[in-house]
Amino acid sequence: MKLVTVCGPPSSGKTAVILKSLDALRSRGRKAGVVKFDCLSTEDDVLYEKAGIPVKKGLSGPLCPDHYFVSNVEEIVQWGRSEGFDLLVSESAGLCNRCSPHIKDVLAVCVVDNLSGVTTPKKIGPMLKMSDIVVITKGDIVSQAEREVFASRVAAVNPKAAVLHVNGLTGQGAFELSSLFDDDAKEVESLIGAKLRFTMPSALCSYCLGETRIGESYQMGNVRKMKMD
Amino acid sequence: MINEISSHTVNSLLEKYPFAATFFDGHHVQTEGREEGTVQTLLARSVAEAGEDAITTADELLEQLTEHINQMLLFLADDLDTVRSLSILPGTHKDGSPEGFSNITINSGETICIVGPTGSGKSRLLGDIEWVAQGDTPTGRHVLLNQQVPDRKWRFSPTHKLVAQLSQNMNFVMDLTVREFLEMHAESRLIDNVGDVVMRIMDQANDLTGESFAPTTPITSLSGGQSRALMIADTAILSRSPIVLIDEIENAGIDRRKALGLLLSEDKIVLMATHDPVLALMGGRRLIIANGGIEAVIETTDTERGILEELAVMDRRMMDLRNRLRRGERLG
Repeated sequence: MKLVTVCGPPSSGKTAVILKSLDALRSRGRKAGVVKFDCLSTEDDVLYEKAGIPVKKGLSGPLCPDHYFVSNVEEIVQWGRSEGFDLLVSESAGLCNRCSPHIKDVLAVCVVDNLSGVTTPKKIGPMLKMSDIVVITKGDIVSQAEREVFASRVAAVNPKAAVLHVNGLTGQGAFELSSLFDDDAKEVESLIGAKLRFTMPSALCSYCLGETRIGESYQMGNVRKMKMD
Repeated sequence: MINEISSHTVNSLLEKYPFAATFFDGHHVQTEGREEGTVQTLLARSVAEAGEDAITTADELLEQLTEHINQMLLFLADDLDTVRSLSILPGTHKDGSPEGFSNITINSGETICIVGPTGSGKSRLLGDIEWVAQGDTPTGRHVLLNQQVPDRKWRFSPTHKLVAQLSQNMNFVMDLTVREFLEMHAESRLIDNVGDVVMRIMDQANDLTGESFAPTTPITSLSGGQSRALMIADTAILSRSPIVLIDEIENAGIDRRKALGLLLSEDKIVLMATHDPVLALMGGRRLIIANGGIEAVIETTDTERGILEELAVMDRRMMDLRNRLRRGERLG
């Protein structure tokens, strides 16, 4: 199974982009599933269900959402494999702009939108700066000039990324993004021993102390597990 | 290259590659008071000062800086004006039946219209062009530039986008004046004569709209017509994309004929998705889109050109009356 991590600020259009891309993948006969990570609540799982995409929802509640993500990512991989997916997408919001769910050797996508303003690329941390693909949304409602300036600022902070414009409403660009999922995402059997691209913020569990390895034996302190049944 | 960059002093680097300043700023690297030291020292110091907030190591930053400089040099050296023609080779409709044309080639300075109901496949066509499709999209079409299979950079590079878009739904969202806005755009394009270009765009934009505006006007308070005029003049003169898609700019309160003329005079390839007869008949050809594909390509006939002449007279009269109403005059 291939794995892709998709992240981005709240309301940047992650769910719309994923829905349209998976639609394109399905038309090519691929089976894909999604795990939606959020903090307090989300309705996006209903959107995926409506589109016929198998979905798991994980709410971090009182815990740091990024710690919650990394504590569960191996389990969601195993869930995805047991469901027989060709591709699993993990979707998570980057609420404090500091962290990123990106894992070494796992295709990393960051979704940002034109409406968030041209200083945004500078403000967002590793979530944007360490991703392999940057998807820019909401290009249909701002001027060409603002689109060009925004894209050039993205390129300045992450010169290595592929930059794609995707329209979450019409789906323009989503097919192209899905072909990158197909071509660039790597097969994953297990993430145990895999490493995050960037450390998580400090708090109270083993990851707060700088742990980057994945797997139950590395998890100490305040770890919350998703229900996978 | 990486060694060359790291051993530069900050000053000499910025002198040689002024655009590196954007990179330093984006990565919160403080250059002030450190201009005499080497780039290597600068990055090491910056990472050390960031402490646990540092996102990357100094080596990684240096690598990214080198990449940024390389890309910007490519951007500057690359002559995008070399796109002289766009060709579309047929694929299939949604139902798999072949499209109704053999080869469409549009040259720079030429305009072609796209007509068809919503959902008929206009977005897909545009998507195919932007992605320079090589039989690898749902339509199976091939897109050529200058009659050749294009470079893959068109797909992923943020600075090499084939298509610029203008549509009725677009708005300015930044809190800037017209001049600041144009300067920012010009700077992102790394051009030298920013002041001249800004003035040229202002003049052209004011020529397209009935109500002129000043460089000190905030862009968010421009009227619909003024916004459209500024967007068109800016796209014609400052956008690097060789192809412009105009999507339904029907009742924009601008001189549409002049607007199209401006884009064409800047050697753009203009695609117009429109059902406005004044615009649609200005193109030499129309692509008829249906069922996800191009059903036919038809040429504008002499009778249609006659109709366009009539419409143009009416259009000018409407525009004139509108301007007089705006000035508080009585009509007739």
